[in-house]
Amino acid sequence: MKTRPNYIAGALSVVWLVIVGVPIYVMVSWSLQTRDSFMDRGPLAIPGAITFENFVDVMDSGFMRYLVNTVIVTAASVALTLLVAVPAAYAIVRSMSWFSGTMFRIFLAGMAIPAQATIIPLYLIINRMQLYDSLTAIILPTVAFGLPLVILVLVGSLRDVSTELYDAMTVDGAGPFRIMIQLVIPMSKGAIAAVGTYTALGAWNQFLFPLILTQDPSMRVLTLSLTSFKQEFQINVPGMMMAVMLTALPVFVLYLVARRWLIAGLAGMGSK
Amino acid sequence: MAVVTEAPAPARAAPPPAPRRSKRVTRPNFLYLLPAVVFFGLFAGLPLVLVMYLSLTDWTGVGTPVFIGLDNWVRLFSQDALWEITWVTLLLTALFWATQTPLSILLGVWAAGKERNRAVLSALFFLPLLLSTAAIALLYNRLFDPYVGLGRAFEPFRNILGTSTGAITAIVIVVGWQFIPFHTLLYQAAARNIPKVLYDAATVDGAGRWHMFWYVTLPQLRNTIITSSTIMIVGSLTYFETIYLLTNGGPGTATRTLPLEMFFRAFKGYEFGYASAIASVLVIVATGISLLIVRFSGFAKMRSTLEGL
Repeated sequence: MKTRPNYIAGALSVVWLVIVGVPIYVMVSWSLQTRDSFMDRGPLAIPGAITFENFVDVMDSGFMRYLVNTVIVTAASVALTLLVAVPAAYAIVRSMSWFSGTMFRIFLAGMAIPAQATIIPLYLIINRMQLYDSLTAIILPTVAFGLPLVILVLVGSLRDVSTELYDAMTVDGAGPFRIMIQLVIPMSKGAIAAVGTYTALGAWNQFLFPLILTQDPSMRVLTLSLTSFKQEFQINVPGMMMAVMLTALPVFVLYLVARRWLIAGLAGMGSK
Repeated sequence: MAVVTEAPAPARAAPPPAPRRSKRVTRPNFLYLLPAVVFFGLFAGLPLVLVMYLSLTDWTGVGTPVFIGLDNWVRLFSQDALWEITWVTLLLTALFWATQTPLSILLGVWAAGKERNRAVLSALFFLPLLLSTAAIALLYNRLFDPYVGLGRAFEPFRNILGTSTGAITAIVIVVGWQFIPFHTLLYQAAARNIPKVLYDAATVDGAGRWHMFWYVTLPQLRNTIITSSTIMIVGSLTYFETIYLLTNGGPGTATRTLPLEMFFRAFKGYEFGYASAIASVLVIVATGISLLIVRFSGFAKMRSTLEGL
């Protein structure tokens, strides 16, 4: 079937490209200019001379510390999520007890819980556990609120593993733990990668839990640090833009090297 | 969204075809499930119950919450500002839906095409997905600044955050910019799954491009429209970050939504009990709406499956 080019759709897509592109262009362009040049040349002008002094400013205001905190929160959230969710998904698919069936239904219902509406009791619980103002305080609820969707996706992929494979391993004398390590995990590698990416992105980009559960600059994560940069760099807009750009840089790099995964993670999560 | 048809358990009762030792199949016990249950129960389940209890207490954030009965609720419903805040919340939710849905469908269907330039362009379209909400909100906060932002070059943007209509428009633009790529992704995946025969049949019938979009593509996307709308609506009702960082509820209280009001009451005003009452309203409304849509979408799913036959 030969069709003529769809000019209207093409035009719309170019318009959307401009809408997506301008803020990103502005972010990059401002962050590489001096404050004077940025004020003189107008918001959309191409930078006359490129400077890295904003980069130095951002680094000097504790960026590395916040980066390390964010990396810790992200890595721990992903590790803990997988550690807890993989056995759970395995039990839901393979266990015949009423408990696993009921829990699965509860997890599914749990997807409807809006995290925003639970921040007050969460603040109370974290305080009572003496965890306020620690990275652990951020990690624990992040993992908990991610679990329902992660388990759902893992269960979906595990249902495709045929019963014969489990039976074969049982005949070989494998217990549940060995089956999990040697069969379940290798068979759901794709799903694990997708939920891992999804959890990592969520942990990296989250704002609300760090906002209410930490206070001290030594526990600050990158997203939260942007608000303090904003106050610090009130008039230094290029510095602010550099900070915004740097927080997203690791994710951009991931996008370049593992775009397929990242998109699969995001899309698989959305369509559930 | 959360419609999962429970797959029928594989017929384990069937007699094994080969003569096999009557060895019991090893199955994971409840210990495998326990860590997940404890985690979820403690940090997601318990807060849900606790928020209802806290709404019946007086608590400043330190010390022990004191039970005061329905006082917070009486106060909540007698507060005139509540209706204004609820109105802003619903208005924003409606505007988010009405702007994002048509654009995401159009872009998603477009991006589903096999042409090379579409693949390249859609890689660029998804860039906003990579930025955190905080980064996006603060980026736009600067872009919309009257002294340093785009307003220096474009008059319409000059005071956009200074008027209530402008601030609402700004929020709709920013949230759309952030989330349209995600919903586009959903529609792109769904549009790729539409059977090609349907288009071939439509071509035979002499349908033009517009007819195909209206009578083939859109009906086939119905399930995705429901999924995407649920995510959008439930998400919008409890949406917090962008508004907090972009307008901080202003100018005045023009963009103060229920989640924002809850946050300010609790963490700025130290009225945690009263804020919990607002949070409870949010929980009830969001859960109610998603249950309604799930019920409704389960129905729609069944119908569209039958239609294919």
